[in-house]
Amino acid sequence: MTATAAPSAVRIAVENGVAVLTLDLPGEPVNKLTAGVKRELEEAFARLRGDPAVRAVVLISGKPDIFIAGADIDEFTRLRGQAEAEELSREGQAMLQRVEDYPKPVVAAIHGACLGGGLELALACHYRVATDHPKTQLGLPEVQLGIIPGAGGTQRLPRLIGVRAALDIILAGKSEPAAKAHRLGLVDELVPPSILRRVAVAAAERLAREGKPTRRAPGGLLGGVLERTPPGRAVLFGQARKAVLEKTGGHYPAPLAALEAVRVGLERGERAGYELEHRRFGELAVSDVSRKLVRIFFASTALKKDNGLPPGVAAEPRAVERLAVVGAGFMGAAIAGTAVTQAGVQARLKDTDLARVGKGLKAATDILAGRLKRRRITKYEYRRLAALLSGGVDWAGFRDADLVIEAVFEDLEVKRQVLREVERAIPPEAIVATNTSTIPIGEIAAGAERPGRVLGMHFFSPVEKMPLLEVIPHEGTEPWAIVTAVHFGRRMGKTVIVVRDRPGFWVNRILTPYLNEAGRLLEEGVPIDVIDRTMTRFGFPVGPIALLDEVGLDVAAKAAKVMHQAFGDRLEPAEAVGTLLADRRLGRKNGRGFYVYHEGRKTGVDESVYDTLGVRPKEGIGPDAVERRLVYAMLNEAAMAVGEGVVRTPRDGDIGAIFGFGFPPFRGGPLRMIDDLGAAKVVLELDALAAAHGDRFRPTETLRAMAREGRRFYPAD
Amino acid sequence: MASSPRPAIVAGVRTPFAKSGTVFRDVPAVELARHAARELLLRVGLPGREVDEVAFGQVVASPLTPNVAREVSLLPQLPPDIPAYSLNRACASAGQAISYAYDQITLGHADTLLVGGVESLSDIPILHSRRLSRILVEASKAKTLRQRVMAFASVRPRDLVPVSPAIAEPSTGESMGQSAEKMAKENGIGREEQDRLALRSHQRAAAATADGRLTAEIAPWFGGPAMDQVVTGDNGIRADTSLEALAALRPVFDRRYGTVTAGNSSPLTDGASAVLVMRDDKARALGLEPLAYIRSYATAAVDPGWQLLMGPALAVPKALERAGIAWSDIGLWEIHEAFAAQVLSNAQAWASKAWADRLGLPGPLGELDWDRTNVMGGSIAIGHPFAATGGRIATTLANEMRRREVQFGLISICAQGGMGFAMVLERA
Repeated sequence: MTATAAPSAVRIAVENGVAVLTLDLPGEPVNKLTAGVKRELEEAFARLRGDPAVRAVVLISGKPDIFIAGADIDEFTRLRGQAEAEELSREGQAMLQRVEDYPKPVVAAIHGACLGGGLELALACHYRVATDHPKTQLGLPEVQLGIIPGAGGTQRLPRLIGVRAALDIILAGKSEPAAKAHRLGLVDELVPPSILRRVAVAAAERLAREGKPTRRAPGGLLGGVLERTPPGRAVLFGQARKAVLEKTGGHYPAPLAALEAVRVGLERGERAGYELEHRRFGELAVSDVSRKLVRIFFASTALKKDNGLPPGVAAEPRAVERLAVVGAGFMGAAIAGTAVTQAGVQARLKDTDLARVGKGLKAATDILAGRLKRRRITKYEYRRLAALLSGGVDWAGFRDADLVIEAVFEDLEVKRQVLREVERAIPPEAIVATNTSTIPIGEIAAGAERPGRVLGMHFFSPVEKMPLLEVIPHEGTEPWAIVTAVHFGRRMGKTVIVVRDRPGFWVNRILTPYLNEAGRLLEEGVPIDVIDRTMTRFGFPVGPIALLDEVGLDVAAKAAKVMHQAFGDRLEPAEAVGTLLADRRLGRKNGRGFYVYHEGRKTGVDESVYDTLGVRPKEGIGPDAVERRLVYAMLNEAAMAVGEGVVRTPRDGDIGAIFGFGFPPFRGGPLRMIDDLGAAKVVLELDALAAAHGDRFRPTETLRAMAREGRRFYPAD
Repeated sequence: MASSPRPAIVAGVRTPFAKSGTVFRDVPAVELARHAARELLLRVGLPGREVDEVAFGQVVASPLTPNVAREVSLLPQLPPDIPAYSLNRACASAGQAISYAYDQITLGHADTLLVGGVESLSDIPILHSRRLSRILVEASKAKTLRQRVMAFASVRPRDLVPVSPAIAEPSTGESMGQSAEKMAKENGIGREEQDRLALRSHQRAAAATADGRLTAEIAPWFGGPAMDQVVTGDNGIRADTSLEALAALRPVFDRRYGTVTAGNSSPLTDGASAVLVMRDDKARALGLEPLAYIRSYATAAVDPGWQLLMGPALAVPKALERAGIAWSDIGLWEIHEAFAAQVLSNAQAWASKAWADRLGLPGPLGELDWDRTNVMGGSIAIGHPFAATGGRIATTLANEMRRREVQFGLISICAQGGMGFAMVLERA
């Protein structure tokens, strides 16, 4: 065995005539295809090409649990124009073509994440061996960054596994576990990690002896008809296009471009396919949408490393292995279930009534059962995790708890009382988090014996699905408690922002004027579907009226009232929600809201709402006016909250809006949107809206100052 | 070994005891055991890493989980590297698990043991006939289709009749009930005496359920598909039963001259119990207050062909001798009620000069004080999940000794095969 000892990203060891190339990017936790790595790989391939002692090549990673995470996204952001982006793609294509055309067999030995450019490289190899480890995931996430696979992914994947399976992977940008990839034919062999290298080397030797494998046309009989006949293809691509448009609302061009590249490659041949691939890649890589999505990616990546503390303050998180949850209702149960599922901690549910505890345990267990059903966990893991859940009416499970999350009724006195009881039951070093959407944490903590260990954790419903968590320290919360809550939230799979203890925190604060305004529009006679359609066209996943139904009108009304009390007339709620509530309409939860629900499915606007409200729907106010009022109400509030220091950085604010209630990612978030519009323009619009509709639109001083001084939230590009 | 350690019962928790085929009909025994054990850990607040070993009893083990103790020790609340030991001393299995903990602590092998027992007579293996088993094994070894078909072709209808395990002595073929019937006759135990004992068992269990002493030892079970059918107590206890109602029941094992009825016997029951046994100084160091020290224990056996359930008549004097105390030092008795006739037969022996002579004792142990025996009811009312009963009895005795400030308490359990088990607890 010989090895080169240079401090580079590629190590070469030759064993039995097989050169094993170990990719290990120095100083980085993951492998990515940087310009340097690509150059080294090319050099290695070039060197081994003429080496008579080498008959085959194996490509393997030196990182634990990562094969290659993808391209170097930093390099993207430095691209200076379309031509340069196109060239980057063309070079990638050419490099991988050289791998494919390499005279000696090349085998990819895949353990861990094999994503984006990493998978494209694996696809160019002649044989793929992957481990059956849960960390081994293969996928092409490019569309999530507003681009398409630019190094042959749109061409090689459909040829290998068939168009339908390839589109599933490319268009959704999701990754597949190795076992599924094996079923799809994406990898040739599935082996335990312990023998990956050995099997890959053996496969390389075999290929060197017997020649590269010939592969059957993928897709089976049905796939054959659909993919290899023109009418079949028309159906296939027509359906895929429709599905993409439905999902993206036409706001995201990348999936459509990928679809086009796949189709052209299939119909007009590889050459045309590669040509279109690098052209589209070039356009998309420098597009505004992609730039926004890449920024969001960077922002959420940076947030994952942010401990949530103010600058200059340092503290270490403490371990959380035992969680106790007070309140076995909807939120409490989902918090316990998500904690068990994601973080694998012990979770004890406590309530005052055993039947409620039982129902809560069932709801929590159902979250786990859902994972089992989707085969995300095995039945053995399910059994182990389910045994972490327990419940009762006593304080069992609190004596050695590390963290208690209180999720009882939204009432200050009740929460204070519970906090006092909890503090008597737990060890002094345990943290107590209160899950509230509106009550100031400082007020809850005021009566505490150890207020330094009290903070807010605002989860969003449904907890198991919503990606955001707001952590809210009050004035006296100790830094280590903040860091511990942030880390635990992350272990629960959440993107965590630390926000200031002001009413409504961040998400509900900026949602309030938006939802209020939607109610006003409705009262003025704008039809429900016009309001909601306008905002889904803007890019929200659901419109504001539908959102009220989802949240529950009772919950929304209560929050609106608290916000009104805290901030005065500016946030005075519209009467619509209260009127409907008096008509016993709670939204989706009781099947009666602004919409009609049939067996849990939303079937259409409930026309009787207009009578209940005493308004007649009319056409007078157009979508543009609707959009302007709703969006600017939110932008103004967001700027004001930033001025009050509710979020620590504009980044946190934008991520909170996108992950908290689906602010359109391609717009970058409300604060990014203000920057894009220009504060001066926003002030101008708000002044006009204030003149027409009332003082609530008066631009906040933060915006006026930004307009005067030409400042932005983010530094200019 | 450090200064002589005192093994102590720190706490005990059990599931509700339920008549077989009722609330635990679809629950595997192992889940009952894990439920009791986990609830015990959480109630005590003992970090799992403090547990040195797990020992659990089960009499009729499921072939799917033959080592129930290991399944308990693999609860995620415990580290995976805790050894586990499943044991079987028939109805005294949980008692045996507690005495195993005593041994390990006394030997200096361990400080903390999580022990208990479980039985689900709703979850028992149903066996095939020997012949069918042999055919299935042959079929599974067949190398050709023809061999396999031939194997199956030899199946006869009577081979398909399942064989369920009976509660009968393999050595004598006599069932437990028949043995109790025999003991009642040979020892002259009357029907009314037995029914009175059964009535007292129900009345006391009902009172202890009503005032919460019994339910405090029970971890509620969340049953039903929505987990909202909560079981907090034992479903065999009948607060409303009467001497008349018991007298109206027909004898089961000897319809003509018999006295043993379903009313004065313990029912088939599902349930689990868990007990935390620790070195006293270790417990105190962790801020836990022991309930009772284990002062001594003893086991014994008689010829099952004689009086099957007389084991305690031998075990109790042995345990007292090892404890270095007299019958008169005992302030509370917990006697497992397999059958009223058995309890009364054991009591008769303890009070008998002839029995004392037979054992070579200077005199009879003494009369049983019924006001201080099974004060929270017994197995006839509460139920008897074979391997779990010892954990229930030990927990109840330890708790009640504390409440009544009694210095010494005695446990007596009769077991299949003519065995007896006895243990002396001392208030901590």
